[in-house]
Amino acid sequence: MMSGAFPSRSRPHNHPSALEPYGGAGTGIGGVIRDTLGTGLGARPVLNTDVFCFAPLDISPVQLPPGTLAPSRLLAGVVAGVRDYGNRMGIPTANGAILFHPGYVGNPLVFAGSVGVIRRRHVDKEVLPEDRIVAIGGRTGRDGIHGATFSSRELSEESETVSGGAVQIGNPIEEKKVLDALLRARDEGLYRSVTDCGAGGFSSAVGEMGAQTGAVVHLDRAPLKYPGLTATEIWISEAQERMVLAVPPERLERLFAILEEEEVEGCDLGTFASDGMLRLHHEGELVGELACSFLHDGRPKTTHRATRPVRPSIVLPDESISPFELLPTLLAHGSIASKERVIRQYDHEVQGQLVLRPLAGADLDAPMDGCALDPTGDQSHTAVISCGITPLVGEIDPWQMGAWSVDEALRNAIASGGTLDRVALLDNFAWGDVRNPANLGALIECSRGAAAAALACGAPFVSGKDSLHNTYRSGGVARSIPGTLLISALSVAPGRPRAPGSDLKRVGTALLHVGPAPSGIGGSHAEWIMGGSGGTVPEWQPDLAARLLRFVEARIADGTVLAVHDISDGGLAVAAAEMAFGGDGVGLALDLSALAGEASDATPASLLFGEGPHRFLVEIDRHSVERFSAGAADVPITEIGECIARDQFVIRTNGEEWIRSTVPDLKRVWCGAFAAVWPEES
Amino acid sequence: MKSAMNSRPPLAVVLRSAGTNCDRETVRALELAGARVESIHVNRLAAEPERLAEAAMLAIPGGFTFGDDVASGAVLAHIIDRKLRAPLERFIADGKLVIGICNGFQILVRLGILPDGPGRAALLPNHSGRFEDRWVRLRSGPRPTPWFDAETEYFVPVAHAEGRFAWFPEGEDVPFPSDQVAFRYQGDDDPPRYPANPNGSFEAIAGVTNPAGNVLGLMPHPERFLVPEHHPAWMRYRRADGSPPEESDLPVPLGLEIYRRAVASLG
Repeated sequence: MMSGAFPSRSRPHNHPSALEPYGGAGTGIGGVIRDTLGTGLGARPVLNTDVFCFAPLDISPVQLPPGTLAPSRLLAGVVAGVRDYGNRMGIPTANGAILFHPGYVGNPLVFAGSVGVIRRRHVDKEVLPEDRIVAIGGRTGRDGIHGATFSSRELSEESETVSGGAVQIGNPIEEKKVLDALLRARDEGLYRSVTDCGAGGFSSAVGEMGAQTGAVVHLDRAPLKYPGLTATEIWISEAQERMVLAVPPERLERLFAILEEEEVEGCDLGTFASDGMLRLHHEGELVGELACSFLHDGRPKTTHRATRPVRPSIVLPDESISPFELLPTLLAHGSIASKERVIRQYDHEVQGQLVLRPLAGADLDAPMDGCALDPTGDQSHTAVISCGITPLVGEIDPWQMGAWSVDEALRNAIASGGTLDRVALLDNFAWGDVRNPANLGALIECSRGAAAAALACGAPFVSGKDSLHNTYRSGGVARSIPGTLLISALSVAPGRPRAPGSDLKRVGTALLHVGPAPSGIGGSHAEWIMGGSGGTVPEWQPDLAARLLRFVEARIADGTVLAVHDISDGGLAVAAAEMAFGGDGVGLALDLSALAGEASDATPASLLFGEGPHRFLVEIDRHSVERFSAGAADVPITEIGECIARDQFVIRTNGEEWIRSTVPDLKRVWCGAFAAVWPEES
Repeated sequence: MKSAMNSRPPLAVVLRSAGTNCDRETVRALELAGARVESIHVNRLAAEPERLAEAAMLAIPGGFTFGDDVASGAVLAHIIDRKLRAPLERFIADGKLVIGICNGFQILVRLGILPDGPGRAALLPNHSGRFEDRWVRLRSGPRPTPWFDAETEYFVPVAHAEGRFAWFPEGEDVPFPSDQVAFRYQGDDDPPRYPANPNGSFEAIAGVTNPAGNVLGLMPHPERFLVPEHHPAWMRYRRADGSPPEESDLPVPLGLEIYRRAVASLG
């Protein structure tokens, strides 16, 4: 029996991707995989995730600030970078999102995540005096000098000229060899500690590992890509695919034998000391000497000012756009449209462990709520990974964005077969310049909202990484991105997978709306498309969140639920359409009269397209409607329709027909959004 | 007849090198099929080629060996050619089983072991011009082999950028020898069009065998379909109580069947 832990990391790699999308995205993935390899004594990476934010693809070239790449080029480059790194490493990329908003025009966001599996006995690590400092993997070069500094500075039209050398150059096969060699050495107990060379290169890896002991480093022993590097360049280079190990001297020989067979270069850089001093030598000269305590505790604390966010004034949307027109417009919106053209380029089957894919349903092209895998390969556990990201609402109410994002990630995890009994969260804040008190205030409010939702659901935050300098300066004007919070959820459920899938199963079944009736369209895609902003935001409810998730989890577990989908981007009408896309000809007829009666000030737009927390759309057999609702204390459940034959898609309210279409017509629109970037082959 | 009581399970060697990345699921498939499995790095096997002779089966798994730099599978094919050619040819002549999956198929074709002699076939870039991961329907060829029964349908994933089978016969318009067809892609049309034929392969060929039938190469990955919930739409075959389907509930055989049949043929 395996006892295991599931480390998971996610981090933004925005600035390199803005300059060089292919290399930036590839090394973003490579770096976060090394985080997994450097967790404990090394975890085996089993999954990559990717979330991107770009400006809309149809942005006119004159709107592009000088020095920025067109979003279509960024998208194609970033996808190719993730594809070529992840596929070559043999790690499935199977969860993510792509969002489009004009606010990301000078500063796109690229979040790369990695999930790994580790045995409990490999969790603890230590460094002892006299351990050798062994660097393995790629050679050291001038690429990635000051990469960390570059990432913490605002982008500008000069960035490419000034900081082009800060982007690292990736080599996935080098990292795969490091992975193979490292895990063999781990299983033979050949080292006591390991850290990856990420930001800061050797300086941060050795500095971190030697925090308690001190270290003596001979920089001239590091293998170089080419001669001529100064001691400083060797010490801070962020060249890729390097790990640093603490190796007991008597195990060096065996370690180097494994490295040789796996064709991985290794070098003995020096020794961990016992006097707490960090000493750097280069060609016989002492070039650096500092107390480790100064490096770790010597930094003065800084104080920043924050102001409470002000709610923007309301701009009323143009409600003359009919629901009939709005639904296809939403389905074709890049943030909602099918990502199949991207997903198919990622090898999401490699390792043979996936049990819920990003696309499933009758034609294997309908969107699921998350992904799930069998992490130990013995059907004993199902690990579910999902995400939540809601930047539109953050522009109105950052606190609600924090809560919404946690709620969305958890709803997706539950719909994918996860359990609230064992779920953990990761947070990635990507924010504008936080020296601006308004930006910092919004960040604080957002983190408070996320904390409230996590506490209410008993879901701990276990990891995360932030990027707090996403500002682009051009023509003397600095522009910050919309504050963006990505929440990832990771749940480990016992046994084989339980996800019913979002795809409709058969004609004659009942469709239930689970959750509060929609109130308002503030923060929704529909509000944005209709030219409105600042509208009423459906609020996250502390007393409902966990109860509702547990209820849906129980109904999935007992087999009552035939299909389930969270109602999020695009609202109820989009969720219904997405469920029909996987249904093999099953259509649906919804009547929202009852729902309209529950909501205060319901409008066609809020009922059909309103977004917000706590909502699912569920398909169940007609004879189990009573059983489903039994014990649903204080969980709002409304029967809103049924599955019908021949691909018909009808939504009416109080006798008025709001939408009549067919599933293939809607699906065609939903599938076409990225045809210009990746043309269909004939 | 061998005594089942005394005989150890047949040994399968899984060959690994820099950039191999489907070795773990290939090991799992062979173990589930009943084999003993050793995963061996090509550098170790080149140093101890006698370890190959101890085995009854060799699997060359998928991946991007040496980054597919130069060309897909070219570097590992060269290493095998220079260091392991003779023991491998003896292995095949003895009627032992060899399977090359995806990158392994590309390597067997480069070595001229498949389909039959050097320079007769190649695996070219997909017609779509990009890497594609999707599930495909397959139908096995007209001749039964240790790997599959004739004319049987399978459902398995492909994931590659260079899987378009091309055939260079001596004369023009010579069809591929039908008894060496292992698998063809299947679609609603005949011949199947994209995406049923995901890469534009000649005669929709997804896999081939050598003339003797003991060496199989294929682009799809049957080792990624070992349990019912590996089926991408298993939720549509759930049992009434909501539990995942068992093997008999699925409309298609597991990919594992190919490994089971091969290992059973060695017993």
